[in-house]
Amino acid sequence: MGTPSVLWSIAKKSFTVGLVTVTVSDRFASIVPVRGASMSPTFNPKTNTSLGSLSDDYVLVEKFCLRNYKFSHGDVIVFCSPNDHKEKHVKRIVGLPGDWVGTRYDVVKIPEGHCWVEGDSSSSSKDSRSFGPVPLGLVNGRATHILWPPHRVGSIDRKVAQNRVSSS
Amino acid sequence: MRQWRSIAREAVAQVSIVVKFLSFLHVTDSYLFSFTHVLGPSMLPTLNINGDVVLVEHLSHRIGKVGAGDLVLVRSPLDPRKTLTKRILAVEGDKVTFCLDPPRDPTRDYRSRSLVVPKGHVWIQGDNWYASTDSRHFGPVPYGLIQGKVFLRVWPPNSFGSLGQ
Repeated sequence: MGTPSVLWSIAKKSFTVGLVTVTVSDRFASIVPVRGASMSPTFNPKTNTSLGSLSDDYVLVEKFCLRNYKFSHGDVIVFCSPNDHKEKHVKRIVGLPGDWVGTRYDVVKIPEGHCWVEGDSSSSSKDSRSFGPVPLGLVNGRATHILWPPHRVGSIDRKVAQNRVSSS
Repeated sequence: MRQWRSIAREAVAQVSIVVKFLSFLHVTDSYLFSFTHVLGPSMLPTLNINGDVVLVEHLSHRIGKVGAGDLVLVRSPLDPRKTLTKRILAVEGDKVTFCLDPPRDPTRDYRSRSLVVPKGHVWIQGDNWYASTDSRHFGPVPYGLIQGKVFLRVWPPNSFGSLGQ
């Protein structure tokens, strides 16, 4: 008499909480762990390697930018990898549509609806230098603040590379 | 003082009902089914030029079960605010041979090209090759741009039915 109705009400409450959480994280903001060192020193700076996943940074990703897809140079974005739709990457926008970006061997013009992303740590980053410009439709959100670890909590600055991009 | 508390409690209850309803709508619309109005000439004769209302399901593409021959909704690689309705002709690893719009001048050659669809991408084309901007123009699109699979047409009522191969 008591237990099934308690279980049922707990199930209903968690279902509702789940729906609301999914909606908020799809439309407003969500919290995402950053793995790997491709964005160091902005995220996961390599100070010691013994802590493992305890030292992953957690960032706040806002989804309001997905209304108009208006990004600026230097924004840090979360996007689905063009080679594997289940993987998500966190990188910085270096080029927007219409820009010319200089890579090691040639200069690439970013087509309409795409962007050029690069990690802050050029040596250990798989980014647009290997898979080319990324369609803006793959972007999941923009990272605005670091939430963990506590000593590095703060907003994420826009860093613009001055000498590699020529805008139209 | 007591009136304010009861008013506040009632306001919170009403707001929470609205929030729950909107969340339910959003989850159903993004993860289950949604109705979409599609129009344009690029999918003739499968879809009408003046617009059809179709039922789109958003489950298959999340589990990777969308393949060649399916009608899908795809976010345009040229403008992320636009959604295209096209058919998948080839998936990663397949070889595609295509020629651009057949020339109106019959004395010119067809420009025929082949390529292999890279990993994580699909090749989409409209059924009406003469009036469709698709992978023949902007190349293979990443699988992550697929938004859902069209499987049923609900309007106009005289052509209600499933849309398949």
